[in-house]
Amino acid sequence: MELSPDERVFWEYGFIHINLTLVTTWVLMAVLVIVSYLITRRLRTDIRISRWQCILEMLVLGMNKQIQEIGLEEPKKYLDFIGTIFIFIAFSNLSIVFPGYVPPTSSLSTTAALAISVFLAVPIFGISESGVIGYLKTYVQPTFIMLPFNIISELSRTLALAVRLFGNIMSGGLIVAILLSIAPLLFPILMTVLGLITGLIQAYIFSILATVYIAAATQESKSKKIKLKPKN
Amino acid sequence: MQIDWFTLVAQVINFLVLMWLLRRYLYKPILKAIDERESKIVAQLKDAESKKKEALKERVEFNKKNEKFDSERDELMQKVIDESKEQKKKLTEKARLEANALKKKLDDEILANHAAQKNEIEENIQREVLEIARKTLADLSSVDLEKQMVRTFVAKVNQLGKEEKEKFVSTLASGKDSILVQSAFDLSKTEKSEIEKEVNSLTKKEYDFEFKVTPKLISGIELSANGYKLSWTISEYIHSFENELNAPIQDKKDQPSDKK
Repeated sequence: MELSPDERVFWEYGFIHINLTLVTTWVLMAVLVIVSYLITRRLRTDIRISRWQCILEMLVLGMNKQIQEIGLEEPKKYLDFIGTIFIFIAFSNLSIVFPGYVPPTSSLSTTAALAISVFLAVPIFGISESGVIGYLKTYVQPTFIMLPFNIISELSRTLALAVRLFGNIMSGGLIVAILLSIAPLLFPILMTVLGLITGLIQAYIFSILATVYIAAATQESKSKKIKLKPKN
Repeated sequence: MQIDWFTLVAQVINFLVLMWLLRRYLYKPILKAIDERESKIVAQLKDAESKKKEALKERVEFNKKNEKFDSERDELMQKVIDESKEQKKKLTEKARLEANALKKKLDDEILANHAAQKNEIEENIQREVLEIARKTLADLSSVDLEKQMVRTFVAKVNQLGKEEKEKFVSTLASGKDSILVQSAFDLSKTEKSEIEKEVNSLTKKEYDFEFKVTPKLISGIELSANGYKLSWTISEYIHSFENELNAPIQDKKDQPSDKK
């Protein structure tokens, strides 16, 4: 029994190997990009728009609103990163409705890759917003003593991100696989339905946490702006 | 359950590629479309607002114009009413004057008719009286009426008072040397010469006499020269008779007007 789609390798040359995770990811990417292109090539700016355009607009505006509510004042700047995380994880997890499909998020390599992306994105956004010193200052907040704890928290939360997503999705798939051998008729369907909910929630949690981390990293510039504002 | 480092790196790259592709094909066009629509809606709202303001302005202007029009209409109406009243007054006055003129004309015509009828009656009476007198005189004597008249006229000339005579002579002397004698009938030579003789002896001067027949006189003789007139006609008697007859009627007519 394969625990991870990484283990199913299709092609190998030296250290390069194309496994199920990569293939599934490419297929998902292709579908997402093609669907987006098909819908957005005929966008209307009138008051009456197509259903698909409406759905996409709702999705994009919903993500924008979520990012803004967490505290990032210019959500368009972060939409590419956070939106892509959410869309990719959500689409990847919801695709379990297709039989024989193994989500790439059930591979620890994929979830770790996403977590590392967040780990890298946080300082990038933080530095772009408040400069190197401003960003580094966030490590000694509220006092200098907190520096090691902040560094530990930075690393541990990245690990937590990766393992949380991986654990939830992998366990879902594993439970369905086990149930198939015990009770092959009804239970796997119920568990798949549960898996859909869990998958969507995990996508939401992952992207929200990424937003929160980025927001925390850009807090320094925000507090500066607040201090500069004259009292009314 | 371990991390495949090659897969991890590949997935990071995949993620970055997906991010770029979605940015290119999803976020940008969608956000652009939303912004465009929002700006379009804002423009439409602004347009609607400006149109509303314009409409309000036009409404105010229209109301103003309406009020002005109403007041002008009222003024015009009042003017027309006044003019029509004035016209009515004028027309009434004109009609009244015309009616008065017509009434006066009618009265005059009635009076003229009355006078004409009276004249006709007078003439008829004179003619009848003359005829009666002529017949009577003819029956009573052998001398006809005309001769009698000439004789009477000659006698009248003879019987003129001293003052009257002087006036007659001086008037004849101051003017032309011709005297016009009018009579209702053709005078005989003897009668003409009798008159000429009598007048010449009175004035002690030879005058030219012109004899003319005027049937209007009906009966009688009239001598005129230089504005002086001497006559004997039946109409004189009839006039005095008429005056006597008309006197009580005239008194009656005058009395109510005096009372007024």
